[in-house]
Amino acid sequence: MKTLDQIEKDLFKTVADIDEIPSGAYNFRINGKAVGRQSSANINVEPQKNGLKITVKPSTKDDVVHIPVIITESGMTETVINDFYIGDNADVTIVAGCGIYNCGADRSEHNGVHTFHVGKNAKVKYIEKHYGAGPSTGKVINPVTKVYLAENSYAELELEQIRGVDSTDRVTEAELKDGAKILVTEKMLTQGRQHAKSHIEALLLGKDSVADIISRSVATDESRQEFTLHIEGDNECRGHSECDAILQGKGSVIATPSLDAKHVDAQLVHEAAIGKIAGEQLDKLMSLGLTRLQAESQIINGFLK
Amino acid sequence: MICLKNLCFNANRRKILAELSLRVKPGEFVVVTGPNGSGKSTLAKIIAGLVRQSSGQIILDGEDISELSITERAKKGIAFSFQQPVHFKGLTVRDLLQIAVTGQETFIDPGVIDFASLLAEVGLDESYLDRGIDKSLSGGELKRVEIASALARPAKLLIFDEPEAGIDIWSFDRLVGVFKKLRKKSCAIIVISHQKRLMAQADRIVILKDGQIAKSGPADKMIAALEKEQA
Repeated sequence: MKTLDQIEKDLFKTVADIDEIPSGAYNFRINGKAVGRQSSANINVEPQKNGLKITVKPSTKDDVVHIPVIITESGMTETVINDFYIGDNADVTIVAGCGIYNCGADRSEHNGVHTFHVGKNAKVKYIEKHYGAGPSTGKVINPVTKVYLAENSYAELELEQIRGVDSTDRVTEAELKDGAKILVTEKMLTQGRQHAKSHIEALLLGKDSVADIISRSVATDESRQEFTLHIEGDNECRGHSECDAILQGKGSVIATPSLDAKHVDAQLVHEAAIGKIAGEQLDKLMSLGLTRLQAESQIINGFLK
Repeated sequence: MICLKNLCFNANRRKILAELSLRVKPGEFVVVTGPNGSGKSTLAKIIAGLVRQSSGQIILDGEDISELSITERAKKGIAFSFQQPVHFKGLTVRDLLQIAVTGQETFIDPGVIDFASLLAEVGLDESYLDRGIDKSLSGGELKRVEIASALARPAKLLIFDEPEAGIDIWSFDRLVGVFKKLRKKSCAIIVISHQKRLMAQADRIVILKDGQIAKSGPADKMIAALEKEQA
């Protein structure tokens, strides 16, 4: 593994919460090249065309694989295709994430396509954080996440755009068989003139399948966010989506939910709320001694926590 | 000592408060009561700085705080418990109590805070600390957290706006216990309430009518007068 400079260390820390090389399986990618890779007893990490094939053995318990990506070269564009095969009864956490530092005049772009095949009764937690730093306004991250859940499996997706990403076009799709469950939590902060687009879709094919999709976002300054959330119920199933957004300055958000119930016992619910920070929330925190700015910061940090 | 001098508040061409003056000494427990629309909650909000008076003065320990913001008044020692507890997505009970104790955002190291004791004061156990301040809490639980956040403040004046609102009979019994204990505090206390069991804890009861003090006196005499009126 190459020696990291401070910018690289900061990016890895921010997107994957790592200070040192993890003990388990990992793949670190910097500027389009793998700079460190390791498999573990239960998790195999091997290269494939434009990315990785990651295989988790059946019945693996409480294991973790880290696969963060960072870009520090201005003008770089890459597309990474990673496929995950989670064996039956396995329980694994996958820590991904992408950080871009761009101080040049050119656009830096990461396109990540992650496809998960989650085996029967398996459980996977996927953590993906995106972050941009540096003065350039050309930091672009476009993730595509596809999840195929076998019978009675469970996936938890924690998707977060921390800050500093100038443009993103996110697609998250899931297909669930009998008894499968998915929880998607997406959090997004946009500032300046940043633009974010996110489409999340869950297809509830199986009996007793459950999808819970929670989107929380803050659009500040002149930034713009567009959300489309779609749940389709093809069986006796439950789907819930919740889209909450806070606006500041001239920030704007459009949320377009759609529910498609194709079975009489499909229970699909959507909730949405978009608006500025409630005055009574500010009053309450100010009555405890915070200034208005501190209260706004506290509310936004809590909302995106 | 909190001293209100000739407070007036007008809204929609209507006088909500009309030349209201009141003093509350340190250690004194005053309940302000009166019919709906008499100006009780407006008075509480004006003292805390949530609503700005049309005219008049608010003096705290000799200092005119009439023009200070909510934050500045909080830092001077005014603590306010809201009638309707506020929901926060993403903030926990622990976060709120930490802010209340320190007056700082939660990413600042709070030092040693005995969160469990703060909750115990309102009859909640430690398991509530990591609960969100949201719809997952019942109305009574939210209200108790709200009261705990005011009690956690280093206050010279504690104001409670209808602490009994929205809570069930079981929670109300505990609430009365909380206010019995409050009598031991050295700060001034103003409670807006319609509840006689809370009034009975007071040193003095002030009855408002049409934005003015209609009557004021010791708790036992005023409760007797109110009962006579209602008989």
